[in-house]
Amino acid sequence: MFDNLSDKLDKALHNLKGHGKITEINVAETMKEVRRALLDADVNFKIAKEFTNTVREKALGQNVLTNLKPGQLMVKIVKDELTELMGGDAAELNLTGNPSVILMSGLQGSGKTTFSGKLANFLLKKKTKKPLLVACDVYRPAAIDQLHIVGEQIGVEVYSDRGNTNPVAIAKDGIKKAKELGCNVVIIDTAGRLAVDEQMMDEISNIHKAIEPQETLFVVDSMTGQDAVNTAKAFNDVLNFDGVILTKLDGDTRGGAAISIKSVVNKPIKFIGTGEKMEAIDVFYPSRMADRILGMGDVVSLVERA
Amino acid sequence: EKSKESFFGKLGKAVAGKSKVDDDVLDNLEEVLVTSDVGVNTTLKIIERIEERVARDKYMGTDELNGILREEIAGLLSETHVGEEQEFSIPTDKKPYVIMVVGVNGVGKTTTIGKLAHQFKNQGLKVVLGAGDTFRAAAIDQLQVWAERVDVPIIKQKMGSDPASVAFDTLNSAVADNADIVLIDTAGRLHNKINLMNELSKVKRVMQKVVPDAPHEVLLVLDGSTGQNAFEQAKQFTKATEVTSLAVTKLDGTAKGGVVIGISDQFQIPVKYIGVGEGIEDLQVFNKFEFVDSFFKI
Ligand SMILES: Nc1nc2c(ncn2[C@@H]2O[C@H](COP(=O)(O)OP(=O)(O)OP(=O)(O)O)[C@@H](O)[C@H]2O)c(=O)[nH]1
Ligand SMILES: Nc1nc2c(ncn2[C@@H]2O[C@H](COP(=O)(O)OP(=O)(O)OP(=O)(O)O)[C@@H](O)[C@H]2O)c(=O)[nH]1
Ligand SMILES: [Mg+2]
Ligand SMILES: [Mg+2]
Repeated sequence: MFDNLSDKLDKALHNLKGHGKITEINVAETMKEVRRALLDADVNFKIAKEFTNTVREKALGQNVLTNLKPGQLMVKIVKDELTELMGGDAAELNLTGNPSVILMSGLQGSGKTTFSGKLANFLLKKKTKKPLLVACDVYRPAAIDQLHIVGEQIGVEVYSDRGNTNPVAIAKDGIKKAKELGCNVVIIDTAGRLAVDEQMMDEISNIHKAIEPQETLFVVDSMTGQDAVNTAKAFNDVLNFDGVILTKLDGDTRGGAAISIKSVVNKPIKFIGTGEKMEAIDVFYPSRMADRILGMGDVVSLVERA
Repeated sequence: EKSKESFFGKLGKAVAGKSKVDDDVLDNLEEVLVTSDVGVNTTLKIIERIEERVARDKYMGTDELNGILREEIAGLLSETHVGEEQEFSIPTDKKPYVIMVVGVNGVGKTTTIGKLAHQFKNQGLKVVLGAGDTFRAAAIDQLQVWAERVDVPIIKQKMGSDPASVAFDTLNSAVADNADIVLIDTAGRLHNKINLMNELSKVKRVMQKVVPDAPHEVLLVLDGSTGQNAFEQAKQFTKATEVTSLAVTKLDGTAKGGVVIGISDQFQIPVKYIGVGEGIEDLQVFNKFEFVDSFFKI
């Protein structure tokens, strides 16, 4: 039931074998399969459609100029185009402020609090920074305790104010506290919120305006389906965020949402989460992600078989 | 009113300017179903059935499409006999009735337990919570807050202790107190992690030392905004723990929850509850008739 893309491509490319030439007719059949496979990987419907159109054009255009077999050519184009879409160079965090302020945002349960801890740990141990974690989720039961425990685990100070129900004020106080403590990075954890919840979106917009963070990060669960584009767009409209964090990639999701988000907001994916532990953070590599969406595929061998 | 576009609204656009169901309309319909997270397989199944009807009847007007789709979707739901319950209820012949709640990370297990406890308590039932997530930071404190909100007892140990031992204690306490319902929270775990999946089997086995046929229900919680991975989650958790019912959460955020249709179509496990918010009352018994109605409401 969960066919991977390389298998599907392979099947689709059967039609091309022996033709020696990509024609409008056989490319159309193939692209239908590619599109369905992308949908299976949770790539957004519209984006999958655009993607296959681009690939179709490239395929038809290049055909005359190359002596690769049509199947090989098609696989190469799909893979290149996918990497390009996800693309660009690895994007670093902007840590120029003093202190540098990093604001987390995202849906409920996407992994913001966990990632806040991972990032603090990464900056402390790999970048010799002195981070402060700030607990601005005043809603979720025990959210503040969760951040305190995370802070303890990694040896990073946590600022919270349990009597205070105003996240804007807590965020500002947190930055003040960082200056007092001589911390050079402040990571602000916020409550999960739905993009359609206007009141909560206003709240994070107010936090954003009040603290003017150097980095606003949108944390998204890599298992997210078709709605990923709407959510990312809505958060981006309000926050104009600087980067995306893709979590829970230690699962077996193909993570097509990554392409969707990248193409709809055109912001770099900066880090990925690969586990629940504080060390499970990694930088993002577009070509690895393309391989994953293509079904963990050994694309090279696919080309050879085609 | 929330700004998300309803299924019905999308459907209107899909047939705009068309009088007859043709390839274009079917293409648009595919888009509507897929973007509502119905799932690729179920979408194709629905499209194929409509194609068959068009082929058989030679002609189908777009004005008929709404009614036919409704029929098809209701049909998919009834094939699995899901969602005929009207209210929160449990069998009365098992005491305590033990529900173990499982699922991947962050889907809403703990919150759903809080909401369920509230519903059952309101019915005058005696509820006990077991803090079986001993791994995630402050998971125990989170359940504790819910226990206080609902005002029901919670059995817990320290963070890092053995979840099976917590479940064991919880069942012992429930039996001693003559409780009606036990809700066991578990840590979120990805279904591809074999050790963690095996841990669930161990929790089950240890519970059976106290109540031989426990757990009576294994409730798998799925996040309504999950894409195709939801199907793999349902499959793997079922394999490891014999899931008996599903709860689909966060449906307040997605466009009408097409995932419920896909899940009902692909699995023989009933969707029992839907989560529609973070508040204590934001859990509903899944009713397929109401669901189909709401799916087609403007
Ligand atoms: N397997 C895995 N689990 C993760 C990862 N990141 C976070 N989690 C888990 O996902 C669940 C939710 O993470 P949180 O950090 O609490 O998410 P959140 O966005 O802060 O949630 P809210 O504050 O409720 O909105 C927890 O069980 C985490 O341990 C990851 O990369 N891999
Ligand atoms: N909007 C909305 N949020 C929900 C719903 N159910 C749960 N949540 C939120 O989702 C987040 C995660 O919920 P939890 O109950 O902690 O999820 P969990 O499955 O226990 O998470 P782990 O134990 O970390 O695996 C919290 O912020 C909840 O408030 C729902 O139906 N709608
Ligand atoms: Mg959090
Ligand atoms: Mg939990």
